[in-house]
Amino acid sequence: MEYLEKVKYLEDKARELRRHIITMIHEAQSGHPGGSLSAADFVAVLYFDALRIRPSEPKWNERDRVILSKGHTCPVIYAALAMKGFYDLSEIHTLRKMGSILQGHPDMKKVPGLDMTSGSLGQGLSAGAGMAFGAKYDGLDSKVYVILGDGELQEGQVWEAAMTAAKYKLDNLIAFVDDNNLQVDGNTCEIMPVHPIADKFLAFGWEVYSIDGHNIGEILKVLEDVKHASGKPKCIIANTVKGKGVSYMENACDWHGACPDACQYTTAMEELGGA
Amino acid sequence: MGKMIATRDGFGDGIIELAKKDDRVFVIDCDISKSCKTKKFSALFPERHINVGIAEQNAATFAAGLATMGKIPFVSTYAVFGSMRMCEQVRTSICYPHLNVKIACSHGGLTPGNDGVTHQAIEDMGIYRSIPGMTVVMPADYNATMKLVDRAAAYDGPVYLRFTRDPIPVFYGEDEAFEIGKGKLIKEGRDISIIAIGDMLHQALEAADKLEKAGVSVELIDMHTLKPLDTELVEKTLNKTGKVITVEDHNILNGLGSAVADVVAEKGAGVLRKVGLRDRFAESGDYYKLLEKYEMDSAQILKMAAEIL
Repeated sequence: MEYLEKVKYLEDKARELRRHIITMIHEAQSGHPGGSLSAADFVAVLYFDALRIRPSEPKWNERDRVILSKGHTCPVIYAALAMKGFYDLSEIHTLRKMGSILQGHPDMKKVPGLDMTSGSLGQGLSAGAGMAFGAKYDGLDSKVYVILGDGELQEGQVWEAAMTAAKYKLDNLIAFVDDNNLQVDGNTCEIMPVHPIADKFLAFGWEVYSIDGHNIGEILKVLEDVKHASGKPKCIIANTVKGKGVSYMENACDWHGACPDACQYTTAMEELGGA
Repeated sequence: MGKMIATRDGFGDGIIELAKKDDRVFVIDCDISKSCKTKKFSALFPERHINVGIAEQNAATFAAGLATMGKIPFVSTYAVFGSMRMCEQVRTSICYPHLNVKIACSHGGLTPGNDGVTHQAIEDMGIYRSIPGMTVVMPADYNATMKLVDRAAAYDGPVYLRFTRDPIPVFYGEDEAFEIGKGKLIKEGRDISIIAIGDMLHQALEAADKLEKAGVSVELIDMHTLKPLDTELVEKTLNKTGKVITVEDHNILNGLGSAVADVVAEKGAGVLRKVGLRDRFAESGDYYKLLEKYEMDSAQILKMAAEIL
């Protein structure tokens, strides 16, 4: 695919992801739209360009792995997996309902293509380090991507994992920090400052990349840049907007865990080009 | 009394035997490999040994990730940390997805006697017993440990293994066979049943010996697996004697006594007495003297027996 065509294709995928996110949360009448929307561009590039995965063979051993450490934003991953064909797209309408494979927080035993159970913040990077260690031990070329929230970095275990990944030179481990500056109770800088994030990961022995998390071109480039074997784990810090793509949700803390009513739903879908 | 060996040594030797025959076996240490007896493993299998330092929560979730790659990680630390510091990690990232991780802990119960309360694990088995999908095992001696470590690896799912820091008598022969979830009927009897777990088997043996000499016929069971409990064996012995004493190096709440009490209550018949730490913290001291002071030794078993016989 020609580059500009690819960017356009991925932008469309990101928009489609966002529409599914809004629909899922609206239909479930619960869920977390803000952080799902802020991660949508990165997830779109991951699943529709970067990842080596086989929807027909979800457990393919040589696949890349993805851990959504900020598990509450699972609609974005559920939608991506459905769009990739790991399961029927109709499943997305069952989010958070009894009997659904799409639990309120991700259950790896239920969802084809999902590599780790998550939802309790702070654990994903440890699990990712374990996977990355196992992949290296087995001589696999697999990469392990862990999607973290900025608020999540307040969990001490994240830094235990950061030390471990550097010690074992897990350069196949890529952390993506969705730095949208908001958490449940307010601004991250007020609740418990985590910035400067880059300096922290650098001090822990990581390679650090800072990008605009909504610029498809920048995401494409960084995902190429992190592929080299440098002996260091990599951290991509993405400057993002919580609620990105839906005007009334953008940078609004209250949309962390709220769901749109009928009228808000229509507005959101119009803005995302889906009305 | 036979040879005295701590069961943490059984783990240290057992994990090496395992690793020799199964290259999926890994050890994740939290800085205390010397004390948890995995130092030898780290020298023999450095590529399968991970030391995450003093970071137990990370150790547990790292193990979960490694297990998804088809490995069998044994997380090794002290029982207090292995049950409480990493409890939620084990619950959500290991037990919920039923990953093949073993939490193998030294310093169970009062066996780290002189270290004091901070290092004595008295709640651990109760905590893990209440998590769905978790298996809870405490071997009674060195040879039982060698075998049960092997059995734990053969079982596909999370297992909590608890060992002693201090030496305890070796009771079983090297060739004794063990099965997770199946208690060992050591001696049949008619008048009273004693069901023990882990290091308390030696106190139970002592008490049974004295009772037999006094003309009481004792049925003695080593319930090395607290969960899943061998309810069939408990019911069978209840039917026979109708009187049971449980003996555990653990808080009297939520451990073996409570598990057996569930069976007695559901059956609606039988008398039960529990020997264990009576919902209080102990202190620093010699392990055997602590058992005596905190009413967990063979004398206490005899006292309970006199009450219900």
